[in-house]
Amino acid sequence: MAEVNNIEMNQYLTFMLKDEVFGLAIGQVREVLDFTNITKVPRTPEYMRGVINLRGSVVPVVDLHLKFGLEQTEKTVNTCIIIVEINMDGEITVLGALADSVQEVVELEPEQIEPAPKIGTKLNTEFIKGMGKRDEEFIILLDIDKVFSNEELMQVHRAEAPHQEIS
Amino acid sequence: MSDQHIEVFREEAAELLASLETALLELEESPQDQELVAQVFRAMHTIKGSGAMFGFDEVAEFTHEVETVFDLVRKGELPVTGNLVSQSLSARDYIRSLLEEDTEGEVDRAQGQRLMEIFRSMAQESSPKAAEQHDETPDPLEPSADAEQDLAGEATYRIRLRLAEDISLSGTRPEGLLRELSELGPCKVVAQPELIPLLDTLVPELCYVHWDIILNTSRGINAIKDVFIFVEDDAEINIDVIDDNDSVDSDPSYKRIGEILVERGDISQEELDSILAPAKPIGQKLVDMHKVTTGSVQAALHEQEMVREVRSQRKTKESTSSVRVPADRLDELVNRVGELVTVQARLSQAANMRNDNELLAIAEEVERLTAELRDTSLNMRMLPIGTTFSKFKRLVRDLSNELNKKVDLKTTGAETEIDKTVIEKLNDPLVHLIRNSLDHGIESPETRQAANKPATGTVLLAAAHSGDSVELIIKDDGKGLDRDAIFTKGVERGLITPDAQLSDTEVFNLIFAPGFSTAQQVTGISGRGVGMDVVKRAIDNLRGNICIDSQPGEGSTITIRIPLTLAIVESLLVSVDEDNYALPLSIVEECVELSQEDIARAHGRNLINVREQIVPYIPLREEFDVPSEPPPLQQVVITSVNGTQVGLVVDQVIGQHQSVIKSLGRVYRDVQGISGATILGDGSVALILDINHLAYRAEQAG
Repeated sequence: MAEVNNIEMNQYLTFMLKDEVFGLAIGQVREVLDFTNITKVPRTPEYMRGVINLRGSVVPVVDLHLKFGLEQTEKTVNTCIIIVEINMDGEITVLGALADSVQEVVELEPEQIEPAPKIGTKLNTEFIKGMGKRDEEFIILLDIDKVFSNEELMQVHRAEAPHQEIS
Repeated sequence: MSDQHIEVFREEAAELLASLETALLELEESPQDQELVAQVFRAMHTIKGSGAMFGFDEVAEFTHEVETVFDLVRKGELPVTGNLVSQSLSARDYIRSLLEEDTEGEVDRAQGQRLMEIFRSMAQESSPKAAEQHDETPDPLEPSADAEQDLAGEATYRIRLRLAEDISLSGTRPEGLLRELSELGPCKVVAQPELIPLLDTLVPELCYVHWDIILNTSRGINAIKDVFIFVEDDAEINIDVIDDNDSVDSDPSYKRIGEILVERGDISQEELDSILAPAKPIGQKLVDMHKVTTGSVQAALHEQEMVREVRSQRKTKESTSSVRVPADRLDELVNRVGELVTVQARLSQAANMRNDNELLAIAEEVERLTAELRDTSLNMRMLPIGTTFSKFKRLVRDLSNELNKKVDLKTTGAETEIDKTVIEKLNDPLVHLIRNSLDHGIESPETRQAANKPATGTVLLAAAHSGDSVELIIKDDGKGLDRDAIFTKGVERGLITPDAQLSDTEVFNLIFAPGFSTAQQVTGISGRGVGMDVVKRAIDNLRGNICIDSQPGEGSTITIRIPLTLAIVESLLVSVDEDNYALPLSIVEECVELSQEDIARAHGRNLINVREQIVPYIPLREEFDVPSEPPPLQQVVITSVNGTQVGLVVDQVIGQHQSVIKSLGRVYRDVQGISGATILGDGSVALILDINHLAYRAEQAG
């Protein structure tokens, strides 16, 4: 289903969520920050952790753990915020994503990437661009635009509505 | 011709067209006003002239016909009629569409042809001789219309004319200009020959002389400007009113001769001072010392005799000179200042922690400067709201014709200044509200007369400052809102239950609910059920609020309050648990303490007694689902929105803060109760509370 379209997309930033390795197309990653104080915005779903000050701009931060149905991210020395640029209805929006740790930038040729399996992952396959194979390890390549698609974030304003688990 | 020049022309033309529209609408109200006719003529003339220069030949050709007609009007050969104004407004729209053809799409040329025909036939209605004589310069020998004489009044002008040296190359004869001037009224011309070089270096084609002219005329300053209309780009022309009959008594002491000479640049202040030291009659002395010529002194003396008030008038004139700056650069500036304010807050905080007096002094200085810089830069974006009022005049005029109603739009407070972006965003809601007033509010002339009301309805559009916000009022004297119809409709739409007990205001505010419209008949103007909710949303986005009041048979009043600027706000910082919140200081009335006993005494109701007044409060901790326990002594911040007092219970009141407002962005755009965020001195983020919404929610919850 997912295509890998251009050259810069061959590079991926890998990071850990619990014990799984995820990858993000490098073109969408703006920078990686250390964990900082997050201001919670009241009456929003749990996975919306709040906002941070990114050099004078206010940037929302999403807890990928909660988003993917894991328990809330615990703060450790390795915890960091990956600042990504996502395309929401044709508009570029800057968001922060909490990750347990950031690994490295890897290069994956298209033939190293397999389509997302229909079953067997805990994630909604919509969010997966493909599975990267590197050595003996699988990297789940996220389609970050889909993860934060408008529909998903529409839930934000349904304040009291419980967070929807993704199966 | 470079694109840049064309762009400048377009901008200028757009401004001219805007002022043209205003002038035409005013002219419709006072057709005798020669000043307005002259204004229309000049606007047309300039559009024609610069249009031809920048290759907009079609514009020039078209405008020429309109200009011809207005020249005749100006000469009193054609009367100002309603038809003329209507056609001129259409002509103005056509010119605009020609100018915007690139961006706005194809123009209906046939309409242009029709309009040109109309104006040609108008020109021919007047005497054929006059029609031929539509030359741009007014013929001064022609007896001017009586009205003009009456209106302009007699005044004395000081004109300093300094033509470009090579003026004769463009075919202008200075003596011709002077003759035309002298034909306007009694005139004293003093030539200033001191720049004429010696014979061996003199170039006969060049003009070395400049002139000081004192002119007494009843034709108004525009008649004088018209004389110079073709040389104004190649000449330095200063025209000052030095005396007009209206204000004889304004300043009893008039300037002394030395001051006049200094002011006119004939001598410097130093020169004057050195001469003044020995006490002697100054004019004579100056001439003796060859500092000035007898001519200069003569001219100055002449002026001294005639003049009383000048100085203040000229000062305002000078200060209105302006620079054109693209709006986005201003926005950028304001953003930078916003960042600076944030950094300054950090500096102040750091200085306070160091306890170093020198550093503290510097931080204070920076704080003061930043505040000034902030005010200045925000002021730069302020525009008088009147610029949009003229648009509404046109709207009301066109709509009332379409609806066969008679409606007067009255405006007050046009000079009220407000942030440019706010004005832009206000436009659509205001258009909508005015349309509604005309369509649903004002009745037809027959109905009005039957109800003992004047046949002409009135819509009042008023703007005024109040605190750090602007209040806009749209008031009509129409039939008012139908409370029962709104109530029934509200029940129909499931917005309220049939047995709901609502105050009038609550009922009226139902019309702001999405998809609400009570108009029986859908017209092309309003009544499609989209609108009031859009208006409400637009006002909410400006962090403002809107409310409506109505008396059956007497009309409705809509009041809109919006903050002056969207960029920076003075706020009060409070905290709940570990989080900080800011709320606009303008709505804060006072802070009181809330002890455990107070809570116990209220028996579970969220009410507090503030000096014998019962004020409801919202516990922010519960409202925002903060799990921790409140401190034993909490604080209540009493706010007042639309005259209703609401308290907010917080853990701590921290203090005043200059909040640079940051949007929470797309992701959080639907969050309610929070209107934005701001960055504090320590770099953390504080959320800005939306009291309106919090109060609304509390009300809903009962």
